[in-house]
Amino acid sequence: MTQLRTIQEINEKIAKGQVVVVTAEEVISLVEKQGVEKTARQVDVVTTGTFGPMCSSGAFFNLGHTTPRMRMSKVTLNGVSAYAGIAAVDVYLGATEIPETDPANTDFPGAFNYGGAHVIEDLVAGKQVLLQATSYGTDCYPRRKLEKYITLDDINEAYLFNPRNCYQNYNVAVNLSDRTIYTYMGILKPNLGNANYCSAGQLSPLLNDPLYRTIGIGTRVFLGGGIGYVAWQGTQHNPNVPRTENGVPRGGAGTLALIGDLKQMTTKYLRGVSFLGYGVSMQVGVGIPIPILDEQMLRHTAVTDAEIFAPIVDYSEAYPQGTGGSLGEVSYAELKSGKIMVQGKEVPTAPLSSYPKAREIAELLKAWIKKGDFTLTEPVAPLPTVDFPVKFKERDK
Amino acid sequence: MIKRKVVLHFPASVVEQPFIYTLAKEYNVVANILKANINPRKEGRMVVELSADDKDFNTAMDFLHARGVQVLPLEQQIVWVEERCTQCGACTVICPSNALWMKRPEMTVSFCSEKCIVCERCLKACPARAVEALYLSGD
Repeated sequence: MTQLRTIQEINEKIAKGQVVVVTAEEVISLVEKQGVEKTARQVDVVTTGTFGPMCSSGAFFNLGHTTPRMRMSKVTLNGVSAYAGIAAVDVYLGATEIPETDPANTDFPGAFNYGGAHVIEDLVAGKQVLLQATSYGTDCYPRRKLEKYITLDDINEAYLFNPRNCYQNYNVAVNLSDRTIYTYMGILKPNLGNANYCSAGQLSPLLNDPLYRTIGIGTRVFLGGGIGYVAWQGTQHNPNVPRTENGVPRGGAGTLALIGDLKQMTTKYLRGVSFLGYGVSMQVGVGIPIPILDEQMLRHTAVTDAEIFAPIVDYSEAYPQGTGGSLGEVSYAELKSGKIMVQGKEVPTAPLSSYPKAREIAELLKAWIKKGDFTLTEPVAPLPTVDFPVKFKERDK
Repeated sequence: MIKRKVVLHFPASVVEQPFIYTLAKEYNVVANILKANINPRKEGRMVVELSADDKDFNTAMDFLHARGVQVLPLEQQIVWVEERCTQCGACTVICPSNALWMKRPEMTVSFCSEKCIVCERCLKACPARAVEALYLSGD
């Protein structure tokens, strides 16, 4: 396939203020209007976006040395425990951690009003957070106890490091049982009362680069309102899944481990959330630019909700018991219509991923690139992928 | 004819009195109870649709006030805090009256307070906790 441009050429155009950027939504109508070939020649970059609960998230903090010095071995922030089994004043606060005093599901379904993600949100909001630490004391670190209020400004390094974000496609969750169930996919009413899904579909980063041709280790991204990077393939990254002809996975597949400076982020794109009866999670906003290196990349980014399919999974039995099995497939176009058919029944749908926020992020990233505030990166190393013979439906005029 | 959905607040001291009976018998008020949380010797709360002739309705209100029962307009009881809402839509399949609903294809969440029946299910179904009940936050 003929290469249309390199990332270096795109960055030169960004520097000159001549770059042509559109969102993954806008590119669809451009292709419909003027065809693939012309659009591929015209557009340099397509921006994507997603904003949804991503449980596998958290932040590293260096809390700074006290006088006398302390090797913090047990640390809580607003009562939420952070992992301190690393160097003296380094800790990792996981998004889903809850305070020891939280009744959790002993009072079922638990409310889970506050946890690690909320602490991170509070810090990003500039609020004071109570730091409590204890230590066994050593010759070099004699202090044994510390209690003080801190803000994000008091913390030396604070960076989000999320082991698994941006799931490339996901299950549609339903409940076949006769009681309401409380899951990380939200409240699922009995007897197929509702179907919850969680993906930005046609705007989602990895669904616009389904074979990881441009997104790789080192890729610069929009993360939580600031700039971040792809650190590694995310946990559970699995490219070996059934795909449609255009290369798009028919269920969960690739994931990304993301890293970024928490001090640049905003609560607009990083929020603590509570799932009734399940626990705490964090809504993370991510946007990734996709360079249109050739016509194939343009075709990938022009994917529509009607061409992306997700499996319907029963979260009362098949998912928790790990027995697998899908109740069928639906497209994101159907999901977004507000109802789908499952086992002959009309079932109302709800997204857990915010499409308006995803659009906002793609627009914001577009604006950053146009202004020259954000340049594109060549991946340092590729993500694990598969050889897949991509075929596209003809959509040229 | 007046027909209005209201929230009745009963102080603990009067909660055991038969208000619905009196409203019907003395004031010709039809009370359609949508939700009630009434316990002996505790402050009680009832979401109710009241309908009656204008005159009866107003004297019934005077009766309730005189007994210390607060009558609050229903639509101001549940508040959707738009700034906190992240537009995820989780509430929209839980809300039984479509007061919280999704505008399509924009996929934005909206709240129509006239449709709200104060069932409170959204309070905990909202992951971002963007829905508040005024009578609860004041407690």
